[in-house]
Amino acid sequence: MTENTQNTISENWSMIIKPKRHWFDINLKELWQYRDLVALFVRRDFVAKYKQTILGPLWFIIQPLLTTLMFVVVFGNIAKLSTDGLPKILFYFSGIVGWTYFAESLKATSNTFVTNANIFGKVYFPRLTMPISIVISNLVLFAVQFLFLILFMLYYYFFKDVNIHLSLYTLLLPVLILITAGLGLGFGIIISSLTTKYRDLTYLVAFGVQLWMYVTPIIYPLSSINGIYKKVILLNPMTSIIETFRFILLGSGTVNFNQLLYSFIFMIVTLLLGILLFNKIEQSFMDTV
Amino acid sequence: MSDIAIKLENISKQYRLGVVGTGTLSHDLNRWFARIRGKEDPTLKIGQSNQLAEAGGDYVWALKDINLEVKKGEILGIIGKNGAGKSTLLKLLSRVTGPTTGQIKVNGRIASLLEVGTGFHPELTGRENIFLNGAILGMRKSEIRKKLDEIVDFAGVAKYLDTPVKRYSSGMYVRLAFAVAAHLEPDILVVDEVLAVGDAEFQKKAIGKMQDVSKDGGRTVLFVSHNMASVQLLCSRGVYLENGMISYVNRTDKVIDKYLNSSSKTVEKELSLFNRDIKINNITFLNKYGKKVTTLLSGQKITIRISYTANTYLKKVIIRLIFFNSNREFLFICNNYHTNEPFDNLENSGSLECDIDKLPLNSGSYHIDIRINSDSKMIFDKEQAISFDVISGDFYGTGKLPAIKRGVLVEHRWKIQQNG
Repeated sequence: MTENTQNTISENWSMIIKPKRHWFDINLKELWQYRDLVALFVRRDFVAKYKQTILGPLWFIIQPLLTTLMFVVVFGNIAKLSTDGLPKILFYFSGIVGWTYFAESLKATSNTFVTNANIFGKVYFPRLTMPISIVISNLVLFAVQFLFLILFMLYYYFFKDVNIHLSLYTLLLPVLILITAGLGLGFGIIISSLTTKYRDLTYLVAFGVQLWMYVTPIIYPLSSINGIYKKVILLNPMTSIIETFRFILLGSGTVNFNQLLYSFIFMIVTLLLGILLFNKIEQSFMDTV
Repeated sequence: MSDIAIKLENISKQYRLGVVGTGTLSHDLNRWFARIRGKEDPTLKIGQSNQLAEAGGDYVWALKDINLEVKKGEILGIIGKNGAGKSTLLKLLSRVTGPTTGQIKVNGRIASLLEVGTGFHPELTGRENIFLNGAILGMRKSEIRKKLDEIVDFAGVAKYLDTPVKRYSSGMYVRLAFAVAAHLEPDILVVDEVLAVGDAEFQKKAIGKMQDVSKDGGRTVLFVSHNMASVQLLCSRGVYLENGMISYVNRTDKVIDKYLNSSSKTVEKELSLFNRDIKINNITFLNKYGKKVTTLLSGQKITIRISYTANTYLKKVIIRLIFFNSNREFLFICNNYHTNEPFDNLENSGSLECDIDKLPLNSGSYHIDIRINSDSKMIFDKEQAISFDVISGDFYGTGKLPAIKRGVLVEHRWKIQQNG
């Protein structure tokens, strides 16, 4: 009885740990308080990644370069797919750079819980800091690759007389990056939340992303696709991102604001869903992982 | 404003046993189906308490109905055997996992030291790791910068600050990690047995730091340990967990007593060791309150009671208790001849008691040989008549004990004589 009377004289508790958190009980303020941690995780990822290698940050560029080379040979020269009149290297490389940011963000965030089980099991901090820092680290990777893309563009502009159109649309670039990051993060944390229980998803991610790439206009321009295939490809939120990315840098393809809006809304929905799910799982995953 | 730092209300935590993965989906569906019918979660009904040995169901309660209040500035010791739920409790408090039922109300910033050096990255330098680790523990960059000198000083790694921590010795690594955590200045500090690692010097520093934190800062410390010596020294109040439930809460010494007595291993033995003249019925250990104990504590006042029955009146009885450690290395003898307390006449039955004011044994297993002479004739001789366990207790009143677990503890003092 005394306990109950004490309860009625309600005290100011700074925190109450409850069994089940509400779906919408998301502590963004706390996440903001931990912003320094996000910055430090990004730094850690970057330092740790290239300290152990001889070539260092060059690795950031070797993989997309080799992939581009392979695409040039297989899809460009052997299959002779259209590149919308663009030099093959520029066409494939631009697609790959845009896609890599999305794919790497998704893949890396999709096993947040599993790879960090050890540290998550020892200390509490807002778990979202981890996937967010991954997406930001990958932005560094994207920046390096983007720099190379610009170098290629300059080379083709000055030495090969390829016309490169930059316009006001180029200012859309930050928006594209934002949507890509949001999509990668959103899908990544949805998958990471589900993998805590259903580990099968881990296997699905690697080749799922691979398959996804083929329904994104990376090895072919959207203009070369018609009919039902085009409809399916337009459902893919990454389609308009890659198309717009190419358009604002290289001048091929089109900007379709409706499509871009679709991608944006898709990103918002995915991200919200992801955050809700992640937040729900975060509290109990240590028992299931 | 209340003076309560943490309040646990009906906290329970359930774990699922066995292989996680198979059957989870069906269980999930089961649970979901029960929920939409408005029924109770069917998987929550199994098991009354955490009985690891006879786990019948798929689920086990690691903690069950824990109600506890911790006052501000208090150092609370949590003791219990392996699997009693200590670590689970700490995990709940440090928000690593959530409770199944009940709620925990917390007043102030909580920080947990379940393991030092969490999040340390071997490739990063000492300085970088200080910042990373500090941020993981909830500090802002500016806070860490302010404390950097203090942390480096405490850890004693100033020279190696810009060296990757993979080049550190393990001692330096632990020191640095603890230093970061110790300077966190939370309102509530949750500490697991991390202090067991590191050398004596560092342990001293760590314990000192924890005392400072509570005394000067008025901060609350929750301390989980197997080491009774440090619990005795640090904590004012203790909680004894047994099978996921609170079995006893009281002053530290009383709780430790309780813990020692509940040890499942019974020392009391029916001894049918006798030759013609004497039979020893049993040997028991009593604490200073005259209560039977089964496990002993270093530095504790202990009485060894030997009850016997004899066929005749025995004269001039000399009894020797010879103490050995588990390697059968001789330690010491308790002999009533040496203390000039001979038993001149023994009744037919009764008990002989030997008081040891301060048990000079470190933690470990020991045994006693018993020899009894009467009228210069050996009437009883038994090797390893009884064995018992000792748990590290606060022999020196400092919370510290030698790391070497051999030999005996001797009370002593140090002083200095200056020349001139």
